[in-house]
Amino acid sequence: MLLINCPWCGPRNETEYHYGGQAHVAYPETPADLTDEQWAEYVFYRDNPKGPFAERWVHSTGCRRWFNVLRDTVNYEVLAVYRLDEPRPALPQAGGNR
Amino acid sequence: MAEPTIDARVSPLAHLEERMRAATVTGARGVTLTEWPFLTMVNMRVDPASEAADRIGKALGAPLPRQCGDTSTSGPHTVLWLGPDEWLVLSQAEVTAVTSELREALGGDPGSVVDVSANRTTLELSGPAARQVLEKGCPLDLHPRSFAPGRAVSTTVGPIAVLLWQVDDGPTYRLFPRSSFADYLARWLIDAMSEYRGPEVP
Repeated sequence: MLLINCPWCGPRNETEYHYGGQAHVAYPETPADLTDEQWAEYVFYRDNPKGPFAERWVHSTGCRRWFNVLRDTVNYEVLAVYRLDEPRPALPQAGGNR
Repeated sequence: MAEPTIDARVSPLAHLEERMRAATVTGARGVTLTEWPFLTMVNMRVDPASEAADRIGKALGAPLPRQCGDTSTSGPHTVLWLGPDEWLVLSQAEVTAVTSELREALGGDPGSVVDVSANRTTLELSGPAARQVLEKGCPLDLHPRSFAPGRAVSTTVGPIAVLLWQVDDGPTYRLFPRSSFADYLARWLIDAMSEYRGPEVP
């Protein structure tokens, strides 16, 4: 069970949240000019890193707000939590802040 | 002149009233479950930093709570924090009076005031064993060191999303599930309460 620290509600169990996929996927600047391949890239293709991954979560049974989580996909450690209007934080020291 | 109206509302738990009463446990491990149907609830959204938020706070008689878990009570109104720009106003006053008062305070500013009285129903769980009953299915720490009277948070009890508000030290909790989930939650609580009828197993 992940313990995720909602920016507004504080630490809550993973069961209170829903997952929203990769964060920082920007909408195309000129959508009309995109080829099918570029659209497919935007709509379907996502990173699958081994290690820190920025992803979106929503606190669905709490404040119902979206925010970003930096999570290590190897050991599932939540490295950082930040609001949508904040930039992706620089990585904490190796090994996280346990 | 008031128009004659017929109150044909049926509460989501009217059919369980008898079972909830029968589930009452008395004594040192006592716990009771009751429904308070048709309470006035108004959902309100406004930018907390705006002047409209101040005007609404004045209209309600107490500033809007700013932190998760905080509530503010003034006269017939209690305001519960739902999100950084969202609140639930519970009131003993009549719903049209509350909404019109809040809409007036909001004025033309961005925000919304919506009557959601039918969205949720109210369950009151009280008695010395009430906290133990909730702890069977609530992931939050309800111990007095971290949860106290006047705190209200959105969370889950069993699989049901509820707004949980502790009213007093009894302890008395009020749970606000969505109407369509109320039947399941009431049955879940009745089941959870049943063990306190017997002697404590060491």
